[in-house]
Amino acid sequence: MGILEVRDVNKNFGGLKALHNVNLDVQEGSVHAIIGPNGAGKSTLLNCFIGRLTPDTGSVMFNGSTLLGLKPHEINQAGVVRVFQTPEIFSELSLLENVMIPAFAKRDGAFKLNAFSDVARHGEIREKAMHMLEEVGLANDRDKTSSSMSRGDKRRLELAMCLVQDPVLLLLDEPTAGMSRADTNATIDLLKKIGGRGVTKIVIEHDMHVVFSLADRISVLAQGTVIVEDIPSKIKGNEKVQEAYLGGAHL
Amino acid sequence: MLSLFTKSSEKSDLLLLALFAVVVFAMPIWLAPFGAAYPDLMQRFAIYGIFATGFNILFGLTGYLSFGHAAFLGVGSYTAVWTFKLLGMNPIPAIIAAIIVAGLFALLIGFISLRRSGIYFSILTLAFAQMCYNLAYSVLTPITNGETGLRVLRDDLRLFDAPTVGDGGPLLSHIGGIEMTGMPGFYFAAVLLVIMVGLAMRIFRSPFGMMLKAVKTNQTRLNYTGVNTRPYTLAAFVISGMYAGLAGALLCVIDPLAGAERMQWTASGEVVLMTILGGVGTIIGPILGAALIKYFENIFSAFNDQTLNDIFSFLPDQLQEGFVSVTSLFVGEGWNLSLGILFVIIVVFLPGGVTEGLNRIGRFGLRRLGIGHKSKNEDETSPAPGE
Amino acid sequence: MDAILLQVLNGLDKGAAYALIALGLTLIFGTLGVVNFAHGALFMLGAFCAVTINKVLTLQKVVLSQTETTAWGTPLEIRTPLAQEWFGDLGLTIIDFSVPISILAAIPVMLLIGVVMERGLIRYFYKRPHAEQILVTFGLAIVLQEIIKAFFGANPIQQNAPEMLQGAIDFGALFGNPGALVYPLWRMVYLAFSVIVILSVFAFLQFTTFGMVVRAGMADRETVGLLGIDIDRRFTIVFGIAAVVAGTAGVMYTPILPPDYHMGMDFLVLSFVVVVVGGMGSLGGAVSAGFLLGILQSFASMSEIRDLLAKVGIIGLDQIIIYLIAIVILLVRPRGLMGRKGVME
Ligand SMILES: Nc1ncnc2c1ncn2[C@@H]1O[C@H](COP(=O)(O)OP(=O)(O)OP(=O)(O)O)[C@@H](O)[C@H]1O
Ligand SMILES: [Mg+2]
Repeated sequence: MGILEVRDVNKNFGGLKALHNVNLDVQEGSVHAIIGPNGAGKSTLLNCFIGRLTPDTGSVMFNGSTLLGLKPHEINQAGVVRVFQTPEIFSELSLLENVMIPAFAKRDGAFKLNAFSDVARHGEIREKAMHMLEEVGLANDRDKTSSSMSRGDKRRLELAMCLVQDPVLLLLDEPTAGMSRADTNATIDLLKKIGGRGVTKIVIEHDMHVVFSLADRISVLAQGTVIVEDIPSKIKGNEKVQEAYLGGAHL
Repeated sequence: MLSLFTKSSEKSDLLLLALFAVVVFAMPIWLAPFGAAYPDLMQRFAIYGIFATGFNILFGLTGYLSFGHAAFLGVGSYTAVWTFKLLGMNPIPAIIAAIIVAGLFALLIGFISLRRSGIYFSILTLAFAQMCYNLAYSVLTPITNGETGLRVLRDDLRLFDAPTVGDGGPLLSHIGGIEMTGMPGFYFAAVLLVIMVGLAMRIFRSPFGMMLKAVKTNQTRLNYTGVNTRPYTLAAFVISGMYAGLAGALLCVIDPLAGAERMQWTASGEVVLMTILGGVGTIIGPILGAALIKYFENIFSAFNDQTLNDIFSFLPDQLQEGFVSVTSLFVGEGWNLSLGILFVIIVVFLPGGVTEGLNRIGRFGLRRLGIGHKSKNEDETSPAPGE
Repeated sequence: MDAILLQVLNGLDKGAAYALIALGLTLIFGTLGVVNFAHGALFMLGAFCAVTINKVLTLQKVVLSQTETTAWGTPLEIRTPLAQEWFGDLGLTIIDFSVPISILAAIPVMLLIGVVMERGLIRYFYKRPHAEQILVTFGLAIVLQEIIKAFFGANPIQQNAPEMLQGAIDFGALFGNPGALVYPLWRMVYLAFSVIVILSVFAFLQFTTFGMVVRAGMADRETVGLLGIDIDRRFTIVFGIAAVVAGTAGVMYTPILPPDYHMGMDFLVLSFVVVVVGGMGSLGGAVSAGFLLGILQSFASMSEIRDLLAKVGIIGLDQIIIYLIAIVILLVRPRGLMGRKGVME
């Protein structure tokens, strides 16, 4: 029994079979990596978990209840939180506000008419957000508007926005893309640290260094189908995987 | 915009509000040199200030551009006059009833319009307002008195004060015998303006306000952050509708007459212009915009050919005639033309409105003086859209 | 049965006006991505082209009569239109046909206005937020209508259809029931005109290379831009065409509804509703929704139906039917009747 169970998920875009009978079992507390060449359907799969897309057929169960048909905010409130591949942040707001918003959403639920209390009155939210910014190394920039940030910094902010919600299941779509080596390593450390808090993670990555230093299990997706699923050491030598990548990233 | 959360504190806000109150209450003094210190005009400054402040809570924070806010103004007016008719001429029940009824209307219209965003939303609100206007003119005549407009009559029920109002003179709204015209009327509206601005400031600084700003920047992302954006935008819509209802009621407090033309799209456009002209998303901007427009409307529409002839009388006859005929296009009846041109100019050249303009000048001045390019104070008033 | 047919016909001409405005709106919106709040003003400007032409044609020469006097004893003024003086009876015919003649004048004038508007103002707004596009075109609409008000006054100005087209057709007679279905001739003309315009716009888009590019642009603007096609010039022309469509529609509508300065905004609000109902970005949707709503509106104002509704306590439906339908459609089909996915969402 996994915390996330994906059964026979299919998704077509017109004639394109983006996902074909995909099955996935993610164990509670584990890190499950999904790898595969560009266009394999990895992001599409995540989109089916968070309500951005609805699979044509199949089921997605989280903690024993279905995620399909839920609104995006309901899925988030259930504890499934996603780090987006292209950072989507609130670009006109400050970094601190960017992190406070998910913190408020976590504490107050999907809606609360908190119209007459000052934001500054909510010290614990601010603390929490500040702490998170420190963890991703952006604390000094907390008052800057986020539109002025570099791509790598945006990813780190994005990460902070998701982590501040103490997710049960964290979906990471290429969390280190566009980051320097040093930043990548820092991110790996950070993700390992929150692993200690028992957070289940699904990681999509092209950087195999990241994959092999984090993952407990790996699913390889190619052209919408899971071709292999195994522990990292078994994946390394797998011929099918080599074939799928064929000139892509080196294992 | 940042500064509202990070730099200013609750205390400094109170201070600002106190300062604002002083400026508003002292209008009769400092407006005198501008020839604008008469009650009728100052009342309008305050009332339209409230209207625009409320509009800005929706447009400034969430970015949802409503083109139908005049409907709530009209609903507020009708409700107020009906309260006068039924309960008596005390303004307090009238404004309370107007706020509630306008809020309910906003709830209904907002619930439907907010199912769509962007342009669809603007069109839907415009259509709703036009629909209210049509209804007020035709079918609802028993309630709105159609073209003639709704007014309080001597033989109306007026449960609580029918006997106390004497026979002579027009029927006016009053509290404890003080009639709400002239200066008392202005002060009544001014007190409400200060209260409503205070509330708006709180909303801007609240977690709710922060969510609304996030809606404006990236609504989809906010949904994936676990926030149900629909009730947030609906709440903002209802709140701003209530502001409009209050403004509509106040218009009837100072002059107990409600007409359908108050709901027309031109009126909706006017509040948009006020907000843009002053500066979207700032607290003071919309009030400034409202005052500027009402001030110039007052001055410009007072001109006629006679006054123009006087102005240009120093010119040779031929030139005088030419000047008069050209300028007369823009003043008097033609004031709306000037308004439209102003509208276009502001949107094209200064989308941040007057506050942004002042800010630019300020920044320029500071740089000239060699003082750093970002002072704290200056940042306080700088929130322009797109910044 | 005849009554129903009559209502359909009645609805068609209003529907045609909606359809023509909505067509231009959709065209501009689909290609340029701009919601043109000044589009109603273009319709109104067209109508005032007709008024202007009529004024010019009927310029009069005033001669004081030598012999006759008025009842007050002053010499009688004899007014002869210059056109008559110059061209004789032909002149009178020209005056009689001032509305159709105005079309010829309106085409270049509206094209010019459209091009100037697009080049002078709208194009600076392609990359600005939608709210600002709405605001600037809205401001422009105010400016245009106030200019017209300044020159022509606030009152509607009656225009007449040519005399030979002023009568009515008795469709009833065709079915052996004379008088049951009488329809004004000019409305017939208007309808035919609208259909021709709509068909030519569609044909233009369907069968010319230019039209092909425009359609491609409506489907996927970025890609067409990437192909290195000079989109800018085409945008200008599209805007010009939309202005001509709205303007000529305005010209032809003058004998049906005496134009005044705010007719543009009145029609625009309804045309927006039409566009939303039809589905933003769908030309076919705009046209069919235009006719559909026109007909429904005319049915709701039919006295039998009004009486019937009044019996069950519904009054004034004719005033708001269009809005109600729009609301219902948006609730059940958020994209409108023929809307495509991903347009303006
Ligand atoms: N909304 C959509 N409409 C149509 N096709 C889509 C859509 N989203 C994705 N696709 C297609 O589905 C396939 C899978 O895309 P997806 O983004 O899931 O790939 P990916 O594995 O995440 O690739 P990458 O490593 O580049 O992020 C691709 O061929 C893509 O073009
Ligand atoms: Mg991807």
